[in-house]
Amino acid sequence: MYELKFDERKCIACKTCDCLTKCQYMDIDRDTAKTEMRKIINGEDSFVLHDCVTCYACEEYCKMGNHPFYLIAERQEELNIPPMPRPLIKQAVQLGIPWRGDLKIEEVKEPVLSMGMFAPLANLIQGKLFEGLSLLSVDPRTAVHLFCQLMYLHFARTSVIKEKLPGIIETIAKHNVKEVIFFHDECYGTFTSYAPAVGIEVPFKSIHFLEYLYNRLVELKDDIKPLNLKVAYQRPCSSRLSSDKLHFVDDIFNLIGVDGDREYVGENALCCGGTIIGQRYEGRYELAADVQRRNIEDMVNAGAELCVFNCPACYDTLRRLVTRNGIWPIFMSDLCRLAIGEQPAGWR
Amino acid sequence: MALADYKYKDVIHRCFRCGYCKFPSNWMEVNNCPAYARFRLESYSTGGRLWLIRAWLNDEIEWTDHLAQIVYSCAACKNCVEQCPYRFHDDIVDMIIAARSEMVERGSIPSVVKEFLENIQRQGNPYGNARSKRGEWVEGMGIKQYEGQEYLYYVGCVGSYDTRAKETARTLGEVLLKAGVSFGVMGNDENCDGNEVSKLGEESLFQSLAEDNIQQFKDLGVEKIVALSPHSYNAIKNDYPMFNGSFEVFHYTQLLRDLIKGGRLDISSGFDARVTYHDPCFLGRWNKEYEAPRQVLNAIPGVELVEMERSREGALCCGGGGGNFYTDFLGGSEDSPARIRIREACATGASIVATACPNCMTMLEDAVKAEGLEESIKVKDISEIVAEACLAKRAD
Amino acid sequence: MDSIYKALVEIVGEDHASTEQEELYIHSRSLGTVEPHQPDYVVAPRTTEEVQQIVKLANREKIPVVPLGGGLSLTGLVMPLRGGIVLDMKRMDTIIEVNEKARYVIVEAGVSQGKLISCLERYHPNLMHSEPMAPAQATIAGNVMIHGQGDLAQPYGFNSDMVNGLEVVLPTGEVCKIGSCSVSPYWFTAHPLPDLGLFLGWFGTTGIITKLSLRLYPCKKINGVDRFLVEDAELIPEILLKITHTEMVGDLVSSIQGLPLAVRGIHIITININGDSEKEIEFKRQLIREDILGEYIRNGDCGFMGTTPDLRTGQQRPTITTVADIKRGGGFEYVGAILPVDTYPECCREGEAISSRHDIIYTLGGRVIGRSHAMMFFWSYAFNRADPESVRQAREALHESDELALKLGGVPWKPSVYGQKLIMEKMEPNTLELMRKIKELLDPNGIMNPGNWEVM
Repeated sequence: MYELKFDERKCIACKTCDCLTKCQYMDIDRDTAKTEMRKIINGEDSFVLHDCVTCYACEEYCKMGNHPFYLIAERQEELNIPPMPRPLIKQAVQLGIPWRGDLKIEEVKEPVLSMGMFAPLANLIQGKLFEGLSLLSVDPRTAVHLFCQLMYLHFARTSVIKEKLPGIIETIAKHNVKEVIFFHDECYGTFTSYAPAVGIEVPFKSIHFLEYLYNRLVELKDDIKPLNLKVAYQRPCSSRLSSDKLHFVDDIFNLIGVDGDREYVGENALCCGGTIIGQRYEGRYELAADVQRRNIEDMVNAGAELCVFNCPACYDTLRRLVTRNGIWPIFMSDLCRLAIGEQPAGWR
Repeated sequence: MALADYKYKDVIHRCFRCGYCKFPSNWMEVNNCPAYARFRLESYSTGGRLWLIRAWLNDEIEWTDHLAQIVYSCAACKNCVEQCPYRFHDDIVDMIIAARSEMVERGSIPSVVKEFLENIQRQGNPYGNARSKRGEWVEGMGIKQYEGQEYLYYVGCVGSYDTRAKETARTLGEVLLKAGVSFGVMGNDENCDGNEVSKLGEESLFQSLAEDNIQQFKDLGVEKIVALSPHSYNAIKNDYPMFNGSFEVFHYTQLLRDLIKGGRLDISSGFDARVTYHDPCFLGRWNKEYEAPRQVLNAIPGVELVEMERSREGALCCGGGGGNFYTDFLGGSEDSPARIRIREACATGASIVATACPNCMTMLEDAVKAEGLEESIKVKDISEIVAEACLAKRAD
Repeated sequence: MDSIYKALVEIVGEDHASTEQEELYIHSRSLGTVEPHQPDYVVAPRTTEEVQQIVKLANREKIPVVPLGGGLSLTGLVMPLRGGIVLDMKRMDTIIEVNEKARYVIVEAGVSQGKLISCLERYHPNLMHSEPMAPAQATIAGNVMIHGQGDLAQPYGFNSDMVNGLEVVLPTGEVCKIGSCSVSPYWFTAHPLPDLGLFLGWFGTTGIITKLSLRLYPCKKINGVDRFLVEDAELIPEILLKITHTEMVGDLVSSIQGLPLAVRGIHIITININGDSEKEIEFKRQLIREDILGEYIRNGDCGFMGTTPDLRTGQQRPTITTVADIKRGGGFEYVGAILPVDTYPECCREGEAISSRHDIIYTLGGRVIGRSHAMMFFWSYAFNRADPESVRQAREALHESDELALKLGGVPWKPSVYGQKLIMEKMEPNTLELMRKIKELLDPNGIMNPGNWEVM
């Protein structure tokens, strides 16, 4: 029913094929890129469909806004060449099925923040930064009703996203909200990038979490004491779907007095490797280890004292590794709370 | 009340009797439940107690003196709440208190508990001592009656009447005077805060005490209260709001910490000793305040603070809570929790065990005597250590 | 006053002996599905001498004695089937000695798993024992005595294989030492003396263990846990065989459960990889992933789970207890059976069918013992303790599982009386007769945990 709004002509007109030539994981020149893209457009097999590690970056690289990664994911499913082994796909799909009761729709007063699938992290949302906010999805048992589904891009299951997403949107809309702040970057990307790309209507406005944090910090400017810390920002894959909001990372850092300078930053950022580890192609484990090693080395070389996360999956994947290298893992919201003199919720 | 009317009827059968409730967080001993430590019979552990309560409410067993003793032997220390892996872990002590309420309703409580409650009802303290003696500890100190000062210094029953605990009440008063804190006391007008009454299941008496106290505080214009006892701190801070009594409540160690930090107490005379700190349950596990007392001790020059292996949320209760400092269901044996605790304190090499609760003070002092360890270790309230460090004049 | 009670009070003191309704109630109830059986007395001794005196008294008066550790076998092995004295061993909980050079620990019978784990972690971090999945309250002696298995099962076998020596009180009251401790001050080996293994697996029917010496093993600094997901149960035995060939893993368990829904229908092989450095862990991990399991991953049949959805920032809670609450009823019991590893697929298939028939969410799995020499397969059934029908369904499912285990050529482990009877019915007659002779020799008055291993 929902089809990806992919415009073939845009690809033909594209001179640079940045989507593939800029890929951090495949070494592709422009001519090869043209050839392989042609195959993909035609629904044929291409090595790109196998070698893609699903880091989402080409969504950002594409100057045409033509959704190359969404197309790759669709083709992987159509040709039955998912990057993940079958049991992992099964587990992922089952993870999104509600089984612990229905969500009770209660009236909420805006502004409202949705935790999405990450109800267990609701305890991070406390303190002055979040005063007056209503929270959606604080019960881990029913959080799945507000799960944005976009994770299935890693599993070549866009069919599941298309099937479930309208229902999720309807559930959010039932709360009679005009605007929703989304804790997770991926939720924001789902409603502002993926849904429009496949023609699903979204009846509410989505607010990016970092934008919210920045605006709130500006309001609390007098409470900010510069932290004077060196940090490294771990950019989540889904941030590639909202590159127009990426500047808020630096905006926040400047406001709270932290220096986030490092090599793998912005468009050049490295994925956490969390999904690469489980992929079924030979050498993926070493590839993930290598990506993580380069990422950590960069943090260490930059003299980072903290690694700032904005995604629970990145956090879960990398926190032990960063800790072992003498760097403290911290969520962006906790870093902001630290800057206004509060004790971060995630610290013991 | 049949099981069907019991507030926790949907939950109490879910206890698996896995036994984690007996352990501290570091699993080092299986006797971190004070009642289980004393008797080492399953019936006295939290799991055993819950199974028995259910059996009683379900008419599988009859009420007996022994059952009542088991139910009232719980010191409400919340070690089980801390350790239980189930979602309902927060309700465990409340389940026991609800059973006590049922026993109170039926008039089937141990006679010593009855005595405790009647004394409070009549004389405003569990000892049954005259109200007119409550304010005696203040004599000769120059401490004023409360008439709108910044803080009401609320002493509580143990601090007002127990011989040893009275010393700590006085010492804290001296320290507050020395720091120039604006405070007053209620003297003979002070009434029991009701914390133990509530833990013993006498809900209506607790409500009446709370409401009377709240009215009195309001009439006096009280806004801030500093409590000597964590038991008072707990009741006034956490339970009085449900009767429309909201005040800013501090435990005295929190105030002392701030006074020292703010330079209002000169503690430079120091206190040279190796000290170990015993976490009172109603300050620690009940109110998550583990740091303020330690911050005070660490600030004092000469104090070498060493921790017992069971500390903070894993601390072994002295066994004095839930009225047990009076009812004494857990005394009379080398396995009494207070005696175990004193032996642990000695094992750290400390010459002083510091505490921040008059109940703990009396329990641990008695334990030192029972163990014959008077030459090895002394029990001191934190206020007494601070007083020596700032050479606060000890009134006779 | 009851003269036996008086005698018990004289032995252990008033605080630690009871004939009160409350103590009798608690000890009449199993944590599992076995029906209640009431004892007459409950005592908690502190010393071997007190145990001796109690046993002698019991012999004189012909009263049953039922030794109790943590009470967590769940199959009713500490139920006083014929009444008598429940002997709660948990007051005897001193850790007597940790010998680092010969890697063993001597404990009194009542030392809990938790206490030993804590002691080793704090004072001997290079040493570990084989820790079972049971809650911390389970006792070392109880677990060993039922042939328990722990997280060293795959490299080193049953916990009962790790015993260097015992001190036991015989049913007739004598104290015996078994192993090198009978000849030497060191409790470091069970062999080479004549085999006197008459106390493990007997459920206390031949005597009471009061002390034991347990082997300790090197404890590495890092414990890595990988989870390998497999859909097709038929692949599991060969995968386990291959993994055990590497001799590079610790605990190895394959399990499958109906809930949480995310993992329904998916076997999860939990592979523990231990090492003293990241380098060691990574070497082992890569070897297993690429050389051993790479083929299964590449053809999409299996894969390693990536990040686990455990996002809580607080303390980890013990998990075995939460299995008990699936039915919101605080109860579960399982049949564990020692079986050949290649019966795994059939165990799972039949297990799902039994669970479904009894309206229970399936929770099944196998822990590898030795180098795939065997596995302990468990069929676990949760029940609601407050609902007798739920308890009955679980009980029936357990009985069917006992029958299934034997049908598949296995042996129910720590069997309930029901399972014991099935085993004895199937047993070689001469073997059974030998059991009877041993029992009669050691316990002529039949006072020790009667009703168990009762050879007719």
